[in-house]
Amino acid sequence: MDKALKKYSPIFVLPTLAAFIIGFVVPFVQGLYLSFCKFITVDNASWVGTGNYRYVFTEPSFRHAFGFTVSFAVVSIILINAGGLGLALLLTRKLKGTNVFRTIFFMPNLIGGIVLGYIWQILINCILSLAGKPLLALNSTAGYWGLIILMCWQQIGYMMIIYIAGLQNVPDDIIEAAQIDGASDLRTFISVKLPMIMPSITICVFLTLTNSFKLFDQNLALTSGEPKHMTEMVALNIYNTFYARAGLQWHGYGQAKAVVFCVIVILISLIQLTATRSREVQQ
Amino acid sequence: MRKKWLALALAGVMAASVLAGCGGGASGESSDAGTSGSGSVYYLNFKPEQDEAWQKLAKEYTEETGVKVEVVTAASGEYETTLTSEMAKSSAPTLFQVNGPVGLANWKDYCLDLKDSDIYGQLTSDAYALKDGEAVDGIAYVIESYGIITNKTLLAKAGYKPEDIASFADLKKVAEDITARKDELGFAAFTSAGMDSSSDWRFKTHLANMPIYFEYQDKGIDTTDAIEGTYLDNYKNIYDLYINNSTCDPKELANKTADDSEAEFLDGEAVFFQNGSWEYGNLVGDGKFKDEDLVMIPIYVGAGDEANQGLCTGTENFWCVNSQASADDQKATLDFINWCVTSDKGTAAMSDEMGFTIPFKSAKESPNVFVQQDAQYTADGKTPVSWNFSTMPSEEWKNGVGTALTAYAADQSDANWKEVVSAFVDGWKTEYELTNQQ
Repeated sequence: MDKALKKYSPIFVLPTLAAFIIGFVVPFVQGLYLSFCKFITVDNASWVGTGNYRYVFTEPSFRHAFGFTVSFAVVSIILINAGGLGLALLLTRKLKGTNVFRTIFFMPNLIGGIVLGYIWQILINCILSLAGKPLLALNSTAGYWGLIILMCWQQIGYMMIIYIAGLQNVPDDIIEAAQIDGASDLRTFISVKLPMIMPSITICVFLTLTNSFKLFDQNLALTSGEPKHMTEMVALNIYNTFYARAGLQWHGYGQAKAVVFCVIVILISLIQLTATRSREVQQ
Repeated sequence: MRKKWLALALAGVMAASVLAGCGGGASGESSDAGTSGSGSVYYLNFKPEQDEAWQKLAKEYTEETGVKVEVVTAASGEYETTLTSEMAKSSAPTLFQVNGPVGLANWKDYCLDLKDSDIYGQLTSDAYALKDGEAVDGIAYVIESYGIITNKTLLAKAGYKPEDIASFADLKKVAEDITARKDELGFAAFTSAGMDSSSDWRFKTHLANMPIYFEYQDKGIDTTDAIEGTYLDNYKNIYDLYINNSTCDPKELANKTADDSEAEFLDGEAVFFQNGSWEYGNLVGDGKFKDEDLVMIPIYVGAGDEANQGLCTGTENFWCVNSQASADDQKATLDFINWCVTSDKGTAAMSDEMGFTIPFKSAKESPNVFVQQDAQYTADGKTPVSWNFSTMPSEEWKNGVGTALTAYAADQSDANWKEVVSAFVDGWKTEYELTNQQ
């Protein structure tokens, strides 16, 4: 049996490997090459060397977009995970109607980002207009918090499901033992449940981290970077670099930004994965 | 409308990519089976309003000649992105369009020199060819006009005739009078000047053409690397008039769209609506206006010779033939566009169904009432205002002006107007340098 598996393993791996190569490796390598070029279409590029990267690191709007993205990511990771875990704790308490609530909290995740963006734009503008404040297009503070509210609303439900699965995996006998030892609910949570759901935390933090960094459609629909690129996140900034000005060099700049961005996101995610993984415990 | 088109375009692109995947084999077969040596045409259309008419015309051409013509429409906001990705495919568009000299910068390498083509010889004026040095890279295929579309019935209710408005002072008097009697009349002077980023092109691009035009006229130039903004006070006056005599509070404009504006106009909530001849199909028809209800008047800003000012007339639609397509496809494309502008069927479709005025010798008169008015103005000896917004340095420049205008509308302080001036003048310089750097 083992021998047969070994013999045929390449055949089983092949489809996935081919998909991975076609869908990821090839475009990535081509993208890397294009970041050293100026081009209008991908098959007609001319080499310009490292000029694109030199430009990218001097552009203030890219730095601003990066700072904005980081501050957005920090706040949204904390709020989404705290919210998701909180709901998961509530909804694993054998209350009446938990399934209905789980479904309701999960639902926003089923709506696409662009649609959500426009819905929240109408809602937030309505509130701002009633409050006599400048509307979203002129109000970067409202834009920032609007994005956070939107992302929380969309993602808390999804993370909640993962946390619920994690919490349900905590063996009842350990919790019972803790209770017999006289541990309070809070103590049980901190010392028993939390270490046991570390794998869920790892995956949830990873998902929210990468989602926040890569955020594009919600940003485009809700604020599209207004006013004056103040609420522009990195992905949108890259997109705007491609299309806001005519000229072949802009595609190269955008591509270089995309590569820089990709490397940074990979690095941050790796650091996060090792940091949270090291805290996972064996059951 | 624009947002809807965006959504439709995205859906279209998705559907197209799926269908392209399935259809690949089939189209290969048919080209093998077809007459040897004949190419096909793939037209990436810019104007969603005319999509249906193009599809029909393409079908008729195929029936008549057997040459396959595919028309795909990418809504204006998505045109550049769609074109970029389509061009990289092996079956790239053979016919596409650019919006003028600035847009041409991206696609220069893909434009066939049309100097020796039949269609170039059909142009009524050399001014309608987009040139890069000696080479003819683009051919304008439609001439459009914009101005202030006026609801004659409402204007009469307020006690005025279109002829009463022949200068900025007149326009201001009429608009402010209507605003003063707004409650009694039940309608406003202007539709809301929607400044949502999907719709602010009416002001950051079309209205901004006015100060640029007059400055160019004064200096006798047709493009510049640094604008001075000598007529920005006039720009402010007309914009003030628009936003302070409209259907809504200027603070709300940041969130209003051109669709809102059009709906207000159709509902008879306002007399004036700044837009162009392309709106004809949306405004005239069953349950909407009749030809005689509407008139388009020039946008007066209190500059130049107002007595002889016509509508803003020009083009930002230039056909380009893909130079990287196969020779057969290029020939098929050239034949197709030549047929469109010379044959009875082609010219009839372009004028009657699409409502275009085409700058070609065999053009038929368009039923579009705004286009007819433009011809009338010119016949009366008025000078049309040319379209200079194709020389605006970049989209980024337009967005900068748009944002500043929106902020000014919400809070009409001098400081905020200074921001507009700065976005206009300083922004032009920086953007020109950024766009033209090597």
